[in-house]
This record gives sequence, C-alpha cells and structure tokens, in this order.
Amino acid sequence: MDVKETIFKSVFFAASILSAGITLFILGFMIVLALPILKQGLFFDMLTGPWAPDHGLFGLGPMIIGTICIALMALVISFPVSLGCSFFIGILNPRGLGKWLKKIIESMTAVPTVIYGFVGIFFLVPLVRELFLKGSGMCILSAAIMLSILISPTMILFFVQSFSMVPQNDLNAVDALGGNTAQKFFYVVLPHSWKGMLTGIILSFGRAMGDTLIALMISGNSVAFPGSVLDSARTLTAHIALIIAADFDSIEFKTIFLSSIFLYIMTSFGIIMSRFSFKKRKTINET
Amino acid sequence: MKPEFFDRLFNYFSWGCSILLVGAVLTIVGFLIANGYQSLNLHLIFDDTRPLDAIFLKSQVFDGLFPAIAGTLFLITLSIIVAIPLGLATGIFLAEYCPPKIKGSFSLLFDILAGIPSIVVGLFGFCVTIFLHHYFYTRLFPCLLISALSLAFLVLPYIIRTTQISLETLPLSVRLTAPSLGATKLQNIFYVLLPSSLSGILSGIILSIGRCAEDTAVIMLTGAVATAGIPKSVFSSFEALPFYIYYISSQYSDNSELMKGYGACLILLFICISLFVFAHWIKKRLSQKILYRP
Repeated sequence: MDVKETIFKSVFFAASILSAGITLFILGFMIVLALPILKQGLFFDMLTGPWAPDHGLFGLGPMIIGTICIALMALVISFPVSLGCSFFIGILNPRGLGKWLKKIIESMTAVPTVIYGFVGIFFLVPLVRELFLKGSGMCILSAAIMLSILISPTMILFFVQSFSMVPQNDLNAVDALGGNTAQKFFYVVLPHSWKGMLTGIILSFGRAMGDTLIALMISGNSVAFPGSVLDSARTLTAHIALIIAADFDSIEFKTIFLSSIFLYIMTSFGIIMSRFSFKKRKTINET
Repeated sequence: MKPEFFDRLFNYFSWGCSILLVGAVLTIVGFLIANGYQSLNLHLIFDDTRPLDAIFLKSQVFDGLFPAIAGTLFLITLSIIVAIPLGLATGIFLAEYCPPKIKGSFSLLFDILAGIPSIVVGLFGFCVTIFLHHYFYTRLFPCLLISALSLAFLVLPYIIRTTQISLETLPLSVRLTAPSLGATKLQNIFYVLLPSSLSGILSGIILSIGRCAEDTAVIMLTGAVATAGIPKSVFSSFEALPFYIYYISSQYSDNSELMKGYGACLILLFICISLFVFAHWIKKRLSQKILYRP
C-alpha cells in the first residue's frame, strides 16, 4: 500500500516538474536560439534600430513601438468603457440588469480572436477608411479599437471582482450619511479596490500585447516607425508570424527569437507585478 | 455644482458605456449573421459530396468546410488527451502534496505560462520541430502532433489552475471524513476529493477545449495549411477552422469564397459559445447536485 502511495506521489511530482519545466524551457530555448545575435552585443541596437533588411539593418524598434502604441491605445479606449460597465454591474445594478450585462461580458471571453480580426477587416477597416479618408484604413486605430473590445472583458471582470470585495459595512455607512453614488465610489470603493483594478489593467495590457491575429490582420504590418494613429504599424507578434516563412538560418529569422524573448519577459514582468499588488492587498485586508 | 449633478453624470456614464459595449458586440455578431446566414447550409460543409459518405471517409470533400472542421476536432482531441493527465496530476500535486515553500514559485511559473503570448508557444513548437528534424528524425515536419502538443502546453495552466482551486476550496468536512474512517491519502483523493470537485475540473476542461478550438497563432506556425483534406496520420499537416478564416480573410479570390469565410466564422463562433455555455451549465448543475444531495 505504501509503495502505491509513493509511486503516485512521485508521478504527481514528476508531472508538476514537467509542466513547470516547459515554462522555463521555452525561455531557455529562445535564448539559446538568439545567442548568435546576443553574442554580437547588439542587443540594445536591435531593440531600438530601424528595420531595413536591404541595408543590413535588422532593428526591432518599429515593431516594439508599434506593439506598445497599439496595446496602449487599446487600453486607453477600453479603460473608461470598462470602468462604466463595471459601475453598471457592481454599483448601480439597475433592476438587476447588471447580472445580465455580466453574463454577456463573460460570454465575450469565448469569442475567438480570429473572428474579431475578420470583422475588423470587412467592417471596421472600410469604416475607418471612409471616415478619415486617409490610407487603406488598416492602421493603429482600427487594430486598437478591435483589441479594446477583446480586452474589455478581462478588465471588467477584474474591476467587478475588486468592487465586490469592498466591505458592505462601509457602503452602508455612506448610505446612512446620505452620500450619493459618486461620493460612494470616490471615497469608499476606489480606495478599497484600486489595487485589484491595477491588476486587471496590467493583465489586459499583457493580453493586448500578446494577441497576434487582430494586429496581423488589421494593423497593416508596415515596418516603418508609425507617425500617427492612422499610420499602419507592425506588432512583434505579427512580425513573428510574418517572418516565420523566411529561411531558418537568416538574420531575419534570428530576430524573431529576440521578439519572443522580449514578449516573454514583458508578460512575465506584468504577471509578477500583478501578483505583487494582489499580495499586498491581501495583507491589508487581513490586518 | 451640486452633488446631484455628479450623481446623474455617473449614471449616464455607466449606462452609456454599457450600451456602447453591448452595441459593439451586437454589431460584430449581427454583421456576421447578416452577411453569412445565406451561406449556412449543408453545401457549405460538404460541398457536393453526400454528408454520410464524407463522414465515413468514403469520398473526399474538396470545396467544403468538412476537412477544416474535422481537423479542428482531431486537434482538440489530441491536445486534450495530452493536457488532461498532465494538468490533473499537477493540480493534485499543487493542492494536496506541495510543500508551501515551493508552491509559490510553482504557481508563479504556471501564471507565466498562462500569460505567454500564444505565438511564442507556436514559435517554440516550430523550433523544436526544426531541431528534431535536423538532428533526429528527418521526416518530421510541422504537423498535427506538434500543433496538438503546443496547444496542450497553452491550455495546461487552465486545467492545473481549475483542478487546484476546486480541490482547495472543498469544505473541511468533505476533506476529513474519509481519512477519519481510515482511508489513505490516495484513496481520499481518488474516491472523495476528485469526485467532489468534478464540476470545477470539468468546466475548466471544457473552457480549455474552447481555447483549443479558437487559437490560431499556434497552429499557423506549427502545421495548419489551407488545403490538406482529412489528416491521414498525426504526422501530416491539417486544416483547421480558425486558420481557414484567417486564410480566407487575406487570400479570398471571389465573393463565394468570402461567403464561405462568413459561414466558417459563424460555425466557429457557435462552437465556442456553446462550449462556454455548456461549461457554465455543468459547473452550476453539478455543484448544485453535490451541495443539495439529501
């Protein structure tokens, strides 16, 4: 009997080591493959320089700027809307409608990103082209709008969750003092929940940065530094998807390992930060 | 300015944002339905082949969505077969055996794995394939097996997390009954703890099936192609619905192909949403059953 226990325990342990090992192995493998570039000591030049393969320049600068622009803009569009929706669900909840809105938003998480991209190409891009009468419509703005719809469920569900952790007593106290909804939000809800909200923002930024299909399909994929929101841009993820067809030994191909290391480190950093803010909040609640 | 003004502003803002978001979702779904409902018929899936012949592989479907749907199904099945045992075992270890000291670093690693962009996982799968191709087995190319394995890594953290959480949130009374009757830890896990947390685990698995069905970035790097027919073995390339949609959106040549793209979108959306609803139903239904058992 004891032997069986030990065997199963070691099987469970081995499975955990394997799953955890994969996470580290992905990063390790990417670093090993990027070594030829890293060894030349061009790491920072690569991250900031322009992309011009004909002139021997393989900088990822435009892609990094494009990624950050698109993700930040999606965040800027999505944040106020998500805030409004989570007020609606968590604080106002008129006639129980909040519950229904929450259901709709939860089911939004199941919508495939390729469908957002598809609708983006055939609905949003022509719309943007007609509205601004500039370029093809495949631009940072279109990609950011679609991405903002993609990331808003993440943000809203995190906001609602952190609103619901506000102690009911404090809310009742505001009502008893005759405070209105806005006062309730700014003086009670926000101080209690901003850390949870920050977690939601960080995670949805990571989601916006890590998405491939929307940017690949509707941001236009040009390799120049973008100058305005109506310019086309290429994200790191789309760069990986586009360069993958190139020759395996070429320098172009090696740069995509650099891109994926950059993405890996950025998202891990976001996750570590979000865990940190969650932990802090827990200890505050406990004391 | 009076406080009532802010109150009203707050109200309008919340209503406005909610209507905006729901409107956006309805526009997306409505746009797909308005353009695609005409193409939704058996012809879309099976083309001119008789449906039964196609399903039993008697004759090939050349112009329909059937190979893509079949490819997606194969892909889901394979990756779930890999991901379930690994995820369950890891989840059980984390919840029941893991010393608290290393638990933190383990769950951080799984959070990171969940956050890695799917294209990076796809690139990893692709490079491992190339590596194996060069050094071990020259007949290995990006294929169904590689895609399924990469997808399994992608959904692994979801299964681990739901298993761990459903085990950890079991009430103490459930947890202690069997050991107090003399059951070993293993018996307790297999006969009491796992069955009691089945609903949570199942809904996690169904949600990861949905994730497998929708992901495009991984499979476009690891073996999905535009035309391949039904995959003959796990070492052949394959078609998949999400990749088909991506392919059509960039390469369509005429209106009828575009129409098929809309049809494929509607089918994929339907599959994903129904998996999601099913997962929630199972969670609710089974947890009620367990809680209110007489």
